[in-house]
Amino acid sequence: MVALVLVGHSLELLHGLRAMLAQAAPGLLVGVAGGTDAGALGTSAPLILDAVRSVLAASPEGAVVLLDLGSAALALELALEELEPSERAVVRVSRGALVEGAVRAAVEASGGGSLASVVSASETPAGRDKLPDDWPVDGAVPGGIAERPGR
Amino acid sequence: MSGAVVVAWLRLAASRVAAERVHLTDLDAAIGDGDHGINLDRGFTALEARLSARDVSTEAAGPLLALAGRTITGTVGGASGALYGRALLRAAAALDAWPIDAGPPVARVAAALRAAVDGIAALGRSRPGEKTMLDALVPAVEAIEAAATVGADLADALRQAADAAEAGARATRPLLATKGRASYLGERSIGHLDPGAVSSALLLGALADAAAGGV
Repeated sequence: MVALVLVGHSLELLHGLRAMLAQAAPGLLVGVAGGTDAGALGTSAPLILDAVRSVLAASPEGAVVLLDLGSAALALELALEELEPSERAVVRVSRGALVEGAVRAAVEASGGGSLASVVSASETPAGRDKLPDDWPVDGAVPGGIAERPGR
Repeated sequence: MSGAVVVAWLRLAASRVAAERVHLTDLDAAIGDGDHGINLDRGFTALEARLSARDVSTEAAGPLLALAGRTITGTVGGASGALYGRALLRAAAALDAWPIDAGPPVARVAAALRAAVDGIAALGRSRPGEKTMLDALVPAVEAIEAAATVGADLADALRQAADAAEAGARATRPLLATKGRASYLGERSIGHLDPGAVSSALLLGALADAAAGGV
């Protein structure tokens, strides 16, 4: 099964997300690299490299990395440069939103999806299917459900 | 450049980052996320601890810069950690790759600084004029290269580089930020110094002072 690696500024955030993924996809291997070496908010290339390597050691099919924002991409790039070509060949990075993308990726991976299909699933636009189709597009709070047409 | 100068530089940089922690953070609070000084201080404090924990008296410049790069990359946390870490690692590799007796020390240090600055530009997909650390670093590397060409000694060349970085950092005030967190502010980024350019000038000033100390 393709594994996931979560990269972000807060280890607590990633642990929470990993718990959600365990529920959605039992048996899925999920590595996390959150915060700095000293446990502060931030990202750390050495921690990311360790997480990717340890996941690859247990998952020869490879891993898809999901990340949050800002410096995460810079630290990730530094970390992935250290990989051997054989490791690099089985790692993919997703542009998807961290939470929604990881849940979709987890479901796809647990269904036996390939690296490519897990990336593709994770990159489904995050805004879709989070709210009902009839929710106002500007985000305004609608009236009671009974008042909406079609219900 | 000897390992002793590198150690002196990193220690001086650590003490100046600590002294400027609040100033750098205030600059960052104006146009970023308000953690630049805190982050850099955390990284340089960790670096100081690692330097103190080993016998650095016989270590060469390249491996010391690589140690600094790995430490900064892992402990600073923000974009500046990845960028400065990349710069230190690239400088280390350039020093290690420099053939023995290939020109004077100033040429070797200029090549290392060029590799460092190119590494930052490549990782950040940035260039001068975008209100980043490159606005201090690119003039600095151009200054040391020019000084090397006319045969300046290392301490003089690094002083000229540090002066160019200082001027470059001051010149970021009217610039519009188009990279990093400051770019979210658009035109409101105009009128503030770029914290990364200011910290770059601080680091190069410390390097010039360490080299002038003749360690």
